[in-house]
Amino acid sequence: MNHARLRAVLTATTLTLAVTGCSLVGTENEQRPPAGEPSSQEPARGSGEVVVVSHESFTLPKKLTKAFERETGYTIKVRAAGDAGTLATKLSLTAGNPIGDVAFGIDNTFASRPLDAGAFAEFEPSFPGPEEYQLDEGSDRLTAIDHGSVCVNADIDWFKAEGKQPPAELSDLADPAYRGLFVTPGASTSSPGMAFFLATVAEFGDDWPAFWEDLLANDAKIVDGWEDAYYGDFTAGSDTGKRPLVVSYDSSPAFTVEGDRSTTGTVFDTCFRQVEYAGVLEGADNPEGAEAFIEWLLTDEVQSQIPELMYMFPVSPSADVPEDWAKYALPAKDPYEVSPEEIASQREQWLTEWTDLISR
Amino acid sequence: MRRIAGLLLAAAVPVAVLAVLFVLPVGGMLAQGFAPQGRLDPGGVLDVLARPRVRRVAWFTLWTAGAGTALAVLLGLPAAFVLHRLAVPGRHAIRAALLVPFVLPTVVVGVAFRQLLGEGGPLGFLGLEGTPVAILAGLVFFNVAVVVRAVGAAWEALDPRPGEAAAALGASPLQVLLTVTLPALRPAIVGAASSVFLFCATAFGIVLTLGGVRYATVETEIYLLTTTLFDLRAAAALSIVQLIVVVGLLAVSARLRFTPDPGRRSATAAPRAVRRSDWTALALTLLTLVALALPILTLVAGSFRVDGSWSVDNYVALGGAGDNGALLVPVTTALLTSLRTAVDATWMALAMGLAVSLIVTRRSHGPAERRVRSVLDGFFMLPLGVSAVTLGFGFLITLDQPPLDLRDSPLLVPMAQALVALPLVVRTLAPVLAGIDDRQRQAAASLGASPWRALLTVDLPAVWKPLLAASGFAFAASLGEFGATSFLARDEAPTVPVVIFRLIGHPGEMNYGMALAASVVLATATAVVMLLVERLRVPSVGAF
Amino acid sequence: MLSLREVTVRYGDTVAVDHVSLDLPAGEVLAVLGPSGCGKSTLLRAVAGLEPLTSGRIEVDGVDLAGTPTHKRGFALMFQDGQLFGHLTVARNVAYALRLRRTPREQLAARVAELLSLVGLEGYADRLPGTLSGGEQQRVALARALAVEPRLLLLDEPLSALDATLRQRLAGELREILVAAGTTALLVTHDHEEAFALADRLAVMRNGRVVQSGPIDEVWRTPVDEETALFLGYARVLRGGAARLLLEAGGLPAADAVAVRRSALVVADDGPLAATVVSARVTPDQIRLVVGVDGVGEVDAVAPLDTHAAAGESVRLRVDVTRLAVLRIEHAL
Repeated sequence: MNHARLRAVLTATTLTLAVTGCSLVGTENEQRPPAGEPSSQEPARGSGEVVVVSHESFTLPKKLTKAFERETGYTIKVRAAGDAGTLATKLSLTAGNPIGDVAFGIDNTFASRPLDAGAFAEFEPSFPGPEEYQLDEGSDRLTAIDHGSVCVNADIDWFKAEGKQPPAELSDLADPAYRGLFVTPGASTSSPGMAFFLATVAEFGDDWPAFWEDLLANDAKIVDGWEDAYYGDFTAGSDTGKRPLVVSYDSSPAFTVEGDRSTTGTVFDTCFRQVEYAGVLEGADNPEGAEAFIEWLLTDEVQSQIPELMYMFPVSPSADVPEDWAKYALPAKDPYEVSPEEIASQREQWLTEWTDLISR
Repeated sequence: MRRIAGLLLAAAVPVAVLAVLFVLPVGGMLAQGFAPQGRLDPGGVLDVLARPRVRRVAWFTLWTAGAGTALAVLLGLPAAFVLHRLAVPGRHAIRAALLVPFVLPTVVVGVAFRQLLGEGGPLGFLGLEGTPVAILAGLVFFNVAVVVRAVGAAWEALDPRPGEAAAALGASPLQVLLTVTLPALRPAIVGAASSVFLFCATAFGIVLTLGGVRYATVETEIYLLTTTLFDLRAAAALSIVQLIVVVGLLAVSARLRFTPDPGRRSATAAPRAVRRSDWTALALTLLTLVALALPILTLVAGSFRVDGSWSVDNYVALGGAGDNGALLVPVTTALLTSLRTAVDATWMALAMGLAVSLIVTRRSHGPAERRVRSVLDGFFMLPLGVSAVTLGFGFLITLDQPPLDLRDSPLLVPMAQALVALPLVVRTLAPVLAGIDDRQRQAAASLGASPWRALLTVDLPAVWKPLLAASGFAFAASLGEFGATSFLARDEAPTVPVVIFRLIGHPGEMNYGMALAASVVLATATAVVMLLVERLRVPSVGAF
Repeated sequence: MLSLREVTVRYGDTVAVDHVSLDLPAGEVLAVLGPSGCGKSTLLRAVAGLEPLTSGRIEVDGVDLAGTPTHKRGFALMFQDGQLFGHLTVARNVAYALRLRRTPREQLAARVAELLSLVGLEGYADRLPGTLSGGEQQRVALARALAVEPRLLLLDEPLSALDATLRQRLAGELREILVAAGTTALLVTHDHEEAFALADRLAVMRNGRVVQSGPIDEVWRTPVDEETALFLGYARVLRGGAARLLLEAGGLPAADAVAVRRSALVVADDGPLAATVVSARVTPDQIRLVVGVDGVGEVDAVAPLDTHAAAGESVRLRVDVTRLAVLRIEHAL
């Protein structure tokens, strides 16, 4: 091998990379414009940057953010990493000196943690959504933006082909007729997993461990995350999947439409409702911008896009939902509920017990 | 005393960097656990350790790490022999390829193993998904390369003649191996094993993705306790336990570490031709290589499948933002970000690593100085042993006040990656610097060279190649870093592993295919870098 | 006992050993002498079974060794720096081969003690090799090699790592031990003194070929060509007229070339040659001179210590015929 040439190439590459600005140094560390100062041209409008803290499944397309920036004069910066639990922990740990101005994506299963830590400032939007989505405690700080229910989804085509009926309720999952057909993400590692677990708690109360034992005895599969369950094991989500029953959302059937029908359906009596909230962070640099952002999230313009962005239903009754959604994604009517306070006080106990149970 | 003061002064800069970027954040998180609401409560921590679940988690961590280490050593030894002692065609390329799993992001490996072992995968019939066996397979997949590198380097430097003398005295090849070769390799084997044990015991992503929810190790338990349960006290208690174990292991491996001596080349034998008696080793190596290649091949195959037929659409789609707006930026942009981040992480890791290596390898005058040096050496290895979760949250709560408000800095990610790559750089450079005969520096000094000049004329020429190799290694490690990056990366500037994780987590058939394609691109980039590193032939790369 | 027939070893395009044929009778020591890189070590390794033959045969007592792996040949191998097993004590090193043969414990201990006393290392049994001097290590290596009375002992420059005094002493001891044990041994070395000290027979090797072989004194007295002569320790080779002049002065028949040692010309008042002293240097044994001889040129000579021979003086020289060798085949240029 030609060592001299290799040496030259390596040296040149190193130098090029180091010298030609192929580096992050000196980029993007721009100063944040001072917040809240009225702009000289349009005195009524806000200005500065609004930093949105969220979880990793939150996305705002360029078109929407541009609209917000046009309408309000603020610019948006999204800071997102980790799952819902990580987000709640981040907000709690940085309460008072937050990493942004407004948080989006705190759900009812995690809401009490940052609320208790004092991470949110008081804020009441001009047009809050319907009462049913608001928190009992903390509704003066957290505003409901979207909701969706975690339900068991069934591969209808599979059941048709096998000549079987899909299950109707939670207890059916432990029925030997459905042996080896069900997969769920874990309660300790996934927020839909947690939601499904909470549904079982709401249904069976203190007897939930017995149900879970039956579930495991019926060869239910517990995987790490929702994506593993849906795209790894669900017959309608993966070429290689082997299980026609999966824990997913009530909106999921809208993503499996073939022709004029969806190949999957929701088992409505298994649902647990998740509501996602937004809140102004205590100690925010730009509280006005934060408030404007929450107000904007509640406009029908944004609300009607929520299904495609986050696979959730908008809280605003007047928002239009996409055609597929209107036809195939039916929101659960009477989902299970467990209060955030009970979740907060029992979570550790439940999860410890649950993890012990499934690892036995 | 004066020398020790001078030593500490020289170490001040890297020590300060590590103090700010590591000790402070980790300390901050531990303080949250030990002193909730500002009141010290060490008793609560002890209570945590008495919980049966904590004991079970600790036991599971120990036995999986132990078994993973044993397997990695068993599989690594024949491969080390074949790839470092035999004239096998293509052995340099294979050696480079072997290092790829080690620097591959855990997300990618998780995807690959799931493809392979899942209920519908090629090995699905084994029913290994979500079992401890799958975790072990993952741990071994990551760490075989460490054994092959470390033991291979020692084997290469091993004088073959004692073995030949034994053979002439009537020892069969197996007897030679057991009575002569392995005892001579023992320091290297034990050193590599203790490193592997360390990596296995602190593995996070691989346990999380392959162990499913049933199995927890100390590292995943810290994550669960911090994010899901918000039990910072228990997390702090486990972090402390982990730190103590890691420090202990580092002490063991420092004592046993094999340092190839670049000054002594006389006795090393050129790789010899393959003989009939080598077939067992060859067969075992082939088996290991196949086992390592399988997950990667499954990944590659999957990346070319769209709707049940072969296609390059997944790769074409990398220029876009995925289905249903899964991504803010196209994967191609993320690749650029990854490369730029890696460049920054590399120069930071190199600057610190070179300083640290120079400091810890200078000859000590007296036991006190030696002790200071070895403590420093261990200090800079600490990032290996602390959970990325603890570090990530620590960043948020401690680096939030001027003048250390780094939370918004675009350099935060490369800095975190540099911390992760630092031990790799030090372990590559230190043995080379340690191998320079001090008399050469003395000779230079006696000829009128200032210490600075001596450094330039004696140390630098010996170290430039390892330095290049270390940069490549750090670069590759940074490309694949996921744990800390996923915590700190800003949304508008994600790296490829972060994007892959996002793609997997977003519904849409195309997204999964794109995740596979992006994984292949990342693995290829890593492999190319490692191949260049391998061409430099620095024996200490990856041998720590 | 050992016989090599047309042995050839190639590495790719290079021929390390080229059609070498040698015979070694039982109980004798054969030294293969040659400069480094001549292929002698490869030859030794081939005999040990460590290098595969490209062609040719190696036989012991008429049995072809092809297909017999190293550890079944019943030989023993000793390297220049001993290559003791660093993790084993001296006693365990010596006992290594005995243990491989599952020798009973009492017998083993007795044999180790016997061997250690043979090499003069009683009391060293529990030491580790790292604590021994070079000479001691070499003796342990010898004891280890002799432990199971090998059919053939292979020695790879056994003394060259030692300093001069130690080398001389150990050479004598080694020769005694080999003779006492009746060992058949093959020795390779680049040092003719080592060869002379240990061997009965000599083979000179160059560029992979054996250029000359035979009983040691025969080879010594009749080197086959100039290069061999110089390698065997002759100081220079004289040709043509100079050679004839010298041979005539020594009363020998004329020849075209003659190899001379330093001491072939001795200052003697009744010597037949006239010379002028160019320089003189006193050593403990004799005076070493460089002299100018008419018709020969400047050559080395020696004088007894009591001779008066200063630079510029005229002296007479006689020829000591035991210290020169007529080269048999020498093509005059």
